[in-house]
Amino acid sequence: MGDAEVIDASGCCVAPGFIDLHCHLREPGQEEKETIATGTAAAARGGFTTVCAMPNTEPAIDTAAAVRNLLDIARREAVVHVRPIAAVTIGRQGKTLTEMAELAEAGAIGFSDDGSPVWDPHIMRQALQYSRMLGRPIMNHCEDRALVGNGVVNEGVVSTRLGLPGWPAAGEEAMVARDIALAELTGGHVHICHVSTAGSVRLIAEAKARGVNITAEVTPHHLVLTDQWVLGCMCADNSGGPLSPKMLMPYDTRTKVNPPLRREEDRQALIEGLRDGIIDCIATDHAPHTLVDKEVEYGQAAFGISALETALPLLLTLVNSARLDLIGLITALTVNPARIAGIKPISLGLGDPATLTIFDPQVTWTISAAKFASKGKNTPVDGQKVQGQVMLTMIEGRCVFRREGFGKGTGGRASRLEGVLDEE
Amino acid sequence: MTGHGTATMLERPQRRHVLDLDDFSREEIEQVFRAAEMMKEVLTRAIKQVPVLRGKTVVNLFWEASTRTRVSFELAAKSLSANVVSMTAAGSSVSKGESLLDTVRTLQALGADFIVIRHSESGAPYLVAQHFRGSVLNAGDGRHAHPSQALLDLFTIRERLGTIEGRKVVIIGDILHSRVARSNLWGLQTMGAHVVLCAPPTLLGAEAWWKQTWPGIEISYDLDEAVKGADVLMALRLQRERMQAGLLPSLREYSRHFALTAERVARARPEALVMHPGPMNEGIEIMPDVVTSPQSAIEEQVTNGVAIRMALLYLLAGGSQISL
Repeated sequence: MGDAEVIDASGCCVAPGFIDLHCHLREPGQEEKETIATGTAAAARGGFTTVCAMPNTEPAIDTAAAVRNLLDIARREAVVHVRPIAAVTIGRQGKTLTEMAELAEAGAIGFSDDGSPVWDPHIMRQALQYSRMLGRPIMNHCEDRALVGNGVVNEGVVSTRLGLPGWPAAGEEAMVARDIALAELTGGHVHICHVSTAGSVRLIAEAKARGVNITAEVTPHHLVLTDQWVLGCMCADNSGGPLSPKMLMPYDTRTKVNPPLRREEDRQALIEGLRDGIIDCIATDHAPHTLVDKEVEYGQAAFGISALETALPLLLTLVNSARLDLIGLITALTVNPARIAGIKPISLGLGDPATLTIFDPQVTWTISAAKFASKGKNTPVDGQKVQGQVMLTMIEGRCVFRREGFGKGTGGRASRLEGVLDEE
Repeated sequence: MTGHGTATMLERPQRRHVLDLDDFSREEIEQVFRAAEMMKEVLTRAIKQVPVLRGKTVVNLFWEASTRTRVSFELAAKSLSANVVSMTAAGSSVSKGESLLDTVRTLQALGADFIVIRHSESGAPYLVAQHFRGSVLNAGDGRHAHPSQALLDLFTIRERLGTIEGRKVVIIGDILHSRVARSNLWGLQTMGAHVVLCAPPTLLGAEAWWKQTWPGIEISYDLDEAVKGADVLMALRLQRERMQAGLLPSLREYSRHFALTAERVARARPEALVMHPGPMNEGIEIMPDVVTSPQSAIEEQVTNGVAIRMALLYLLAGGSQISL
């Protein structure tokens, strides 16, 4: 221990490495949007030491060979741990179950057709029932396509004012209610992805109280932003929060995300749901896109926010405004997602391998998407002044990200990558 | 009147785009009216042309079908002596997959000074405005806005009734999908009119969605009641696709409850105006005898459209500094 480096983290928080239960790394197939190398470098910069990758790649991760291929790329390229999520149905078509047992053996931590819902209730029932023998969750993107139609923003005051097709809250809640009934019927573990409405929180609370095998996640953007951001400079902005939607023009496609940003009432219900343990964890739903995907008419733009590198400062706004406590926040980023993913939780006891995140909760800085390690620069919070920044991310004692000037040390793969990106 | 207008105009920073009426004050709307009156006079001259936009290029970018708005903008720009180019999606590189922004950058490089855009996607003119150095005029975007239409509607109401303030205006029909209704809501609210939205609930959505943005309005599902005491009856086009989407049981039932008939017009105030932005489905949302009745202002709306669009181009080009 004598030659060990001493890192001066005074004034900083040291937390177990964050686990992201839901992100899109786009490889294989959409490497113009993101690769495992760039996505995991972004994760390291965001304080994440494990990311669970959604299977809506091209082709979809629906065979054991595809899982092994993904893990092979990760072994060569990844900066942080990558845990695959496999598709529920072949090709994410919603028709035939994948070979879930073999996928689980190959390393899938759960199953999801994310990007699309498992819309057929019969298939969803079978998936929940079958997965019981594997102890892995079915992670559903709840969106009733018949109700949502071509909706692009939350249906309500903002969609009416802007004349944009509405995505009603009931489009999510109808499927959450269905999945609760099916989880109750089968005893299978349903995990609700990116919960966005007050109604969903109520349904999940009631189901949990009854003992239904259900867990849920919420994204940083649904916890912090509302559909007022789609109005941009036209919004009333009486939130008094540290972030200002007024920096955006109306119809900025960087606010387009699925499920859409909701009302303030929904946002408050999500915060309370997380605080009360109704929502188990925070997941980024990191969805990187190219400029070409986004610099088009609102209705035609891709859904998604590049979220890994801004998650912590956005979430800290809730701690700073005393809406969440720091321990609750860290729990929702570490222990709870680990439990859902069936990953051994990280502990920071003496002698444990150091898989951790050091962040400075005080430092103020301005988000600059141009400096992201992610290829996806698509974030509505670009240019916002925020408080709290990840300084160092370490996996088993090896630095995978270290902000320049934060002590000096061994330097891992990500910090070298970081240097390259900063020079650009 | 013109002198007063000039003074007001010079005190205000020059407007660059016309994207909607949500950022127009009452004074600015009245300024447009004054300019439109001057333009109406120009249009009565033997030579219906003034050199306001000589040497300037106006591009009409009509990515969605249109007759009256496109011809109206073309005539307006030509009457102001501009070089006018009109484009539709079908005959352009859009059919080869060119994006809207690529088109805008190309037009900029070709020296366009004004882009008049009609587009099926709400918000498209805002995207253009962010990437174009000249002026953008929204000629209708999706369900969102149609500011020149609303201005010509307001102008027609004022011309026929003398005032807009305090008037009861009933907008009837497919309001949920109507850019004409939304821009008129802004304009009518700013000018102090009392607006009633009348439609079946499936073509409206929740009351609260409208009232938060336009607080003074009233919602009605009963046209027979809504027309009572009305000064203006504004019917909107019913798109037949709404039937396929399951929003209405049948055209017959819609027409029975929401068509503008002579009987319903008779329940309004005697001098009440009948308006329609076109194109009309005669016999569905409005009856043919109502269209041609003396109370109908539908043809004047079209005529005034040219003057209003001339006025907007004139004001964007610098207004009073240019002689007519």
